[in-house]
Amino acid sequence: MKSILVSFMSGIVFAVGLGVGGMTQPAKVVGFLDFAGNWDPSLAFVMLGAIGVHSLFYRLLRSRSSSRFSFAISLPSRTQIDSRLLGGSVIFGLGWGIAGFCPGPAITSLASGNFSAVIFSIAMIAGIFAFDFRRVLSARQVRAEHFSGQIRQDM
Amino acid sequence: MENFTPVASLMGGILIGLSASAMLLFNGKIAGISGIVGGLVDLKKNDTLWRAAFVGGLVTGGFILRLLAPQAFEFGIVRSGGVLALAGFMVGLGARMANGCTSGHGVCGISRFSVRSIVATVIFIAAGAAAVYVVNHLLGGII
Repeated sequence: MKSILVSFMSGIVFAVGLGVGGMTQPAKVVGFLDFAGNWDPSLAFVMLGAIGVHSLFYRLLRSRSSSRFSFAISLPSRTQIDSRLLGGSVIFGLGWGIAGFCPGPAITSLASGNFSAVIFSIAMIAGIFAFDFRRVLSARQVRAEHFSGQIRQDM
Repeated sequence: MENFTPVASLMGGILIGLSASAMLLFNGKIAGISGIVGGLVDLKKNDTLWRAAFVGGLVTGGFILRLLAPQAFEFGIVRSGGVLALAGFMVGLGARMANGCTSGHGVCGISRFSVRSIVATVIFIAAGAAAVYVVNHLLGGII
Protein backbone atom coordinates (compact mmCIF):
# COMPACT_ATOMS: atom_id res chain seq x y z
CA MET A 1 0.00 0.00 0.00
CA LYS A 2 2.85 2.37 0.88
CA SER A 3 4.42 1.64 -2.49
CA ILE A 4 1.19 2.57 -4.29
CA LEU A 5 1.15 5.88 -2.41
CA VAL A 6 4.78 6.52 -3.42
CA SER A 7 3.83 5.81 -7.07
CA PHE A 8 0.90 8.22 -6.89
CA MET A 9 2.93 10.99 -5.18
CA SER A 10 5.83 10.47 -7.62
CA GLY A 11 3.37 10.87 -10.49
CA ILE A 12 2.17 14.18 -9.05
CA VAL A 13 5.71 15.50 -8.49
CA PHE A 14 6.73 14.35 -11.99
CA ALA A 15 3.77 16.17 -13.57
CA VAL A 16 4.39 19.37 -11.59
CA GLY A 17 8.06 19.20 -12.59
CA LEU A 18 7.09 18.88 -16.25
CA GLY A 19 4.75 21.88 -15.93
CA VAL A 20 7.24 24.08 -14.04
CA GLY A 21 10.00 23.09 -16.47
CA GLY A 22 7.99 24.07 -19.56
CA MET A 23 7.58 20.58 -21.04
CA THR A 24 3.77 20.84 -21.13
CA GLN A 25 3.98 23.76 -23.59
CA PRO A 26 4.44 22.37 -27.12
CA ALA A 27 5.71 25.75 -28.35
CA LYS A 28 8.55 25.53 -25.85
CA VAL A 29 9.50 22.00 -26.92
CA VAL A 30 9.40 23.03 -30.58
CA GLY A 31 11.51 26.09 -29.65
CA PHE A 32 14.11 23.79 -28.08
CA LEU A 33 14.25 21.66 -31.23
CA ASP A 34 14.35 24.68 -33.58
CA PHE A 35 18.11 25.03 -33.90
CA ALA A 36 17.78 26.90 -37.20
CA GLY A 37 15.29 29.43 -35.82
CA ASN A 38 14.65 31.19 -32.53
CA TRP A 39 16.35 28.55 -30.37
CA ASP A 40 15.15 28.26 -26.75
CA PRO A 41 17.65 26.14 -24.75
CA SER A 42 15.39 25.97 -21.64
CA LEU A 43 14.63 22.27 -21.95
CA ALA A 44 18.32 21.43 -21.76
CA PHE A 45 18.06 22.79 -18.20
CA VAL A 46 15.17 20.41 -17.46
CA MET A 47 17.41 17.52 -18.53
CA LEU A 48 20.35 18.94 -16.59
CA GLY A 49 18.31 19.17 -13.36
CA ALA A 50 16.68 15.78 -13.76
CA ILE A 51 19.86 13.91 -14.74
CA GLY A 52 21.90 15.76 -12.10
CA VAL A 53 19.59 14.69 -9.28
CA HIS A 54 18.81 11.20 -10.56
CA SER A 55 22.38 10.19 -11.42
CA LEU A 56 23.39 11.16 -7.89
CA PHE A 57 20.63 9.06 -6.32
CA TYR A 58 21.39 6.22 -8.71
CA ARG A 59 25.02 6.13 -7.59
CA LEU A 60 23.89 5.90 -3.98
CA LEU A 61 21.36 3.16 -4.79
CA ARG A 62 23.42 1.06 -7.13
CA SER A 63 24.90 -1.11 -4.41
CA ARG A 64 21.49 -2.02 -2.92
CA SER A 65 20.07 -5.40 -3.81
CA SER A 66 16.46 -4.37 -3.17
CA SER A 67 14.39 -1.19 -2.77
CA ARG A 68 13.43 0.40 0.56
CA PHE A 69 10.12 -1.46 0.38
CA SER A 70 12.01 -4.71 -0.39
CA PHE A 71 11.10 -4.88 -4.07
CA ALA A 72 13.61 -6.18 -6.56
CA ILE A 73 15.33 -3.29 -8.34
CA SER A 74 14.38 -3.83 -11.97
CA LEU A 75 16.85 -2.15 -14.28
CA PRO A 76 16.97 -2.71 -18.05
CA SER A 77 19.48 -5.41 -19.00
CA ARG A 78 19.68 -4.83 -22.77
CA THR A 79 22.88 -3.33 -24.08
CA GLN A 80 22.57 -3.96 -27.82
CA ILE A 81 22.10 -1.05 -30.23
CA ASP A 82 19.66 -2.77 -32.60
CA SER A 83 17.42 -1.65 -35.45
CA ARG A 84 14.39 -1.59 -33.16
CA LEU A 85 16.07 0.97 -30.89
CA LEU A 86 17.20 3.10 -33.83
CA GLY A 87 13.94 2.88 -35.81
CA GLY A 88 11.76 3.46 -32.76
CA SER A 89 13.85 6.47 -31.76
CA VAL A 90 13.49 8.03 -35.22
CA ILE A 91 9.69 7.50 -35.25
CA PHE A 92 9.44 8.89 -31.73
CA GLY A 93 11.61 11.91 -32.47
CA LEU A 94 9.68 12.84 -35.62
CA GLY A 95 6.35 12.71 -33.75
CA TRP A 96 7.85 14.68 -30.86
CA GLY A 97 9.08 17.41 -33.20
CA ILE A 98 5.83 17.58 -35.17
CA ALA A 99 3.55 18.08 -32.13
CA GLY A 100 5.88 19.17 -29.32
CA PHE A 101 4.65 16.52 -26.89
CA CYS A 102 6.29 13.46 -25.40
CA PRO A 103 4.45 10.88 -23.24
CA GLY A 104 4.73 12.44 -19.75
CA PRO A 105 3.56 15.93 -20.74
CA ALA A 106 0.83 14.45 -22.97
CA ILE A 107 -0.72 12.46 -20.11
CA THR A 108 -0.32 15.39 -17.71
CA SER A 109 -2.06 17.63 -20.27
CA LEU A 110 -5.15 15.38 -20.28
CA ALA A 111 -6.09 17.42 -17.19
CA SER A 112 -5.90 20.68 -19.16
CA GLY A 113 -8.98 19.85 -21.21
CA ASN A 114 -7.19 21.34 -24.24
CA PHE A 115 -8.71 19.62 -27.28
CA SER A 116 -5.41 19.36 -29.18
CA ALA A 117 -3.64 17.84 -26.18
CA VAL A 118 -6.43 15.30 -25.67
CA ILE A 119 -6.36 14.20 -29.35
CA PHE A 120 -2.59 13.74 -29.17
CA SER A 121 -2.75 11.79 -25.91
CA ILE A 122 -5.47 9.40 -27.05
CA ALA A 123 -3.56 8.67 -30.27
CA MET A 124 -0.36 8.21 -28.28
CA ILE A 125 -1.97 5.75 -25.88
CA ALA A 126 -3.34 3.91 -28.95
CA GLY A 127 0.22 3.73 -30.33
CA ILE A 128 1.55 2.37 -27.03
CA PHE A 129 -1.24 -0.19 -26.72
CA ALA A 130 -0.91 -1.24 -30.39
CA PHE A 131 2.66 -2.30 -29.61
CA ASP A 132 1.93 -3.90 -26.26
CA PHE A 133 -1.15 -5.86 -27.39
CA ARG A 134 1.03 -7.52 -30.01
CA ARG A 135 3.71 -8.16 -27.42
CA VAL A 136 1.24 -9.75 -24.98
CA LEU A 137 -0.45 -11.80 -27.73
CA SER A 138 2.82 -13.22 -29.05
CA ALA A 139 3.94 -14.06 -25.49
CA ARG A 140 0.65 -15.94 -24.95
CA GLN A 141 1.10 -17.77 -28.24
CA VAL A 142 4.57 -18.90 -27.21
CA ARG A 143 3.16 -20.15 -23.89
CA ALA A 144 0.26 -21.90 -25.65
CA GLU A 145 2.60 -23.64 -28.10
CA HIS A 146 4.82 -24.68 -25.23
CA PHE A 147 1.75 -26.03 -23.39
CA SER A 148 0.35 -28.00 -26.35
CA GLY A 149 3.83 -29.42 -26.88
CA GLN A 150 3.80 -30.66 -23.31
CA ILE A 151 0.38 -32.33 -23.77
CA ARG A 152 1.65 -34.10 -26.87
CA GLN A 153 4.63 -35.33 -24.91
CA ASP A 154 2.35 -36.54 -22.13
CA MET A 155 0.32 -38.56 -24.63
CA MET B 1 15.90 33.45 -26.96
CA GLU B 2 13.27 35.77 -25.44
CA ASN B 3 11.36 32.84 -23.93
CA PHE B 4 14.42 31.40 -22.18
CA THR B 5 13.51 30.12 -18.66
CA PRO B 6 16.66 28.50 -17.23
CA VAL B 7 15.73 28.75 -13.53
CA ALA B 8 12.16 27.42 -13.82
CA SER B 9 13.33 24.68 -16.18
CA LEU B 10 16.14 23.66 -13.83
CA MET B 11 13.64 23.56 -10.92
CA GLY B 12 11.23 21.46 -12.97
CA GLY B 13 14.05 19.11 -13.89
CA ILE B 14 15.04 18.70 -10.24
CA LEU B 15 11.43 17.74 -9.37
CA ILE B 16 11.45 15.17 -12.19
CA GLY B 17 14.77 13.79 -10.93
CA LEU B 18 13.42 13.52 -7.36
CA SER B 19 10.30 11.73 -8.58
CA ALA B 20 12.32 9.23 -10.62
CA SER B 21 14.65 8.69 -7.64
CA ALA B 22 11.74 8.02 -5.25
CA MET B 23 10.36 5.43 -7.69
CA LEU B 24 13.73 3.65 -7.81
CA LEU B 25 14.57 4.01 -4.10
CA PHE B 26 11.22 2.83 -2.70
CA ASN B 27 9.69 0.73 -5.47
CA GLY B 28 12.71 -0.39 -7.48
CA LYS B 29 11.07 0.87 -10.67
CA ILE B 30 12.23 3.00 -13.57
CA ALA B 31 10.03 6.10 -14.02
CA GLY B 32 9.65 5.67 -17.77
CA ILE B 33 6.23 6.94 -18.77
CA SER B 34 5.72 4.97 -22.00
CA GLY B 35 6.82 1.73 -20.35
CA ILE B 36 4.60 2.31 -17.32
CA VAL B 37 1.57 2.91 -19.58
CA GLY B 38 2.44 -0.01 -21.88
CA GLY B 39 2.56 -2.42 -18.94
CA LEU B 40 -1.09 -1.66 -18.24
CA VAL B 41 -2.07 -3.78 -21.24
CA ASP B 42 -1.63 -7.09 -19.47
CA LEU B 43 -3.26 -7.08 -16.06
CA LYS B 44 -0.91 -8.94 -13.77
CA LYS B 45 -1.13 -9.25 -10.03
CA ASN B 46 1.26 -6.87 -8.23
CA ASP B 47 2.17 -5.14 -11.48
CA THR B 48 -0.89 -3.11 -12.44
CA LEU B 49 -1.78 -1.01 -9.41
CA TRP B 50 1.52 0.89 -9.11
CA ARG B 51 1.35 1.73 -12.82
CA ALA B 52 -2.22 3.00 -12.56
CA ALA B 53 -1.30 4.98 -9.42
CA PHE B 54 1.62 6.69 -11.18
CA VAL B 55 -0.49 7.58 -14.23
CA GLY B 56 -3.27 8.79 -11.89
CA GLY B 57 -0.65 10.93 -10.13
CA LEU B 58 0.42 12.47 -13.44
CA VAL B 59 -3.16 13.47 -14.26
CA THR B 60 -3.71 14.72 -10.69
CA GLY B 61 -0.53 16.79 -11.02
CA GLY B 62 -2.00 18.11 -14.25
CA PHE B 63 -5.13 19.26 -12.40
CA ILE B 64 -2.96 20.97 -9.76
CA LEU B 65 -1.11 22.82 -12.55
CA ARG B 66 -4.41 23.76 -14.18
CA LEU B 67 -5.56 25.31 -10.89
CA LEU B 68 -2.36 27.04 -9.79
CA ALA B 69 -0.51 27.72 -13.06
CA PRO B 70 -2.83 27.41 -16.06
CA GLN B 71 -0.21 29.09 -18.25
CA ALA B 72 1.71 25.79 -18.04
CA PHE B 73 -0.76 24.45 -20.63
CA GLU B 74 -0.35 27.20 -23.18
CA PHE B 75 -0.24 25.28 -26.47
CA GLY B 76 1.40 28.00 -28.55
CA ILE B 77 1.51 26.16 -31.90
CA VAL B 78 -1.10 25.38 -34.55
CA ARG B 79 -1.56 21.72 -35.58
CA SER B 80 -4.60 20.13 -37.21
CA GLY B 81 -6.38 17.22 -35.53
CA GLY B 82 -5.12 14.73 -38.11
CA VAL B 83 -1.51 15.82 -37.67
CA LEU B 84 -1.84 15.61 -33.86
CA ALA B 85 -3.31 12.11 -34.09
CA LEU B 86 -0.56 10.93 -36.43
CA ALA B 87 2.19 12.48 -34.28
CA GLY B 88 0.66 11.02 -31.12
CA PHE B 89 0.54 7.53 -32.60
CA MET B 90 4.17 7.86 -33.75
CA VAL B 91 5.30 9.00 -30.30
CA GLY B 92 3.50 6.11 -28.58
CA LEU B 93 4.60 3.39 -30.99
CA GLY B 94 8.15 4.74 -31.41
CA ALA B 95 8.68 4.96 -27.66
CA ARG B 96 7.64 1.34 -27.14
CA MET B 97 9.77 0.13 -30.07
CA ALA B 98 12.75 1.98 -28.60
CA ASN B 99 11.91 0.67 -25.12
CA GLY B 100 11.70 4.16 -23.70
CA CYS B 101 10.95 7.82 -24.24
CA THR B 102 12.33 11.13 -23.01
CA SER B 103 11.85 9.99 -19.39
CA GLY B 104 13.00 6.36 -19.56
CA HIS B 105 15.96 6.97 -21.88
CA GLY B 106 16.47 10.76 -21.60
CA VAL B 107 16.43 10.97 -17.81
CA CYS B 108 16.66 7.53 -16.19
CA GLY B 109 18.87 5.85 -18.78
CA ILE B 110 21.34 8.70 -19.20
CA SER B 111 21.61 8.92 -15.39
CA ARG B 112 22.82 5.29 -15.50
CA PHE B 113 25.21 6.18 -18.35
CA SER B 114 23.44 3.58 -20.53
CA VAL B 115 24.86 3.71 -24.06
CA ARG B 116 21.49 2.61 -25.52
CA SER B 117 19.79 5.51 -23.78
CA ILE B 118 22.39 8.05 -24.89
CA VAL B 119 22.04 6.85 -28.50
CA ALA B 120 18.22 6.94 -28.27
CA THR B 121 18.17 10.45 -26.79
CA VAL B 122 20.55 11.84 -29.42
CA ILE B 123 18.28 10.36 -32.13
CA PHE B 124 15.14 11.75 -30.43
CA ILE B 125 16.61 15.25 -30.56
CA ALA B 126 18.06 14.89 -34.09
CA ALA B 127 14.79 13.51 -35.55
CA GLY B 128 12.78 16.09 -33.59
CA ALA B 129 14.99 18.89 -34.92
CA ALA B 130 14.58 17.55 -38.47
CA ALA B 131 10.78 17.53 -38.08
CA VAL B 132 10.78 21.05 -36.64
CA TYR B 133 13.01 22.27 -39.48
CA VAL B 134 10.55 20.96 -42.05
CA VAL B 135 7.48 22.26 -40.22
CA ASN B 136 8.82 25.69 -39.22
CA HIS B 137 11.13 26.55 -42.10
CA LEU B 138 9.69 24.71 -45.11
CA LEU B 139 5.97 24.56 -44.31
CA GLY B 140 5.56 27.90 -42.56
CA GLY B 141 4.98 26.62 -39.02
CA ILE B 142 1.33 25.58 -39.37
CA ILE B 143 0.33 22.04 -40.38
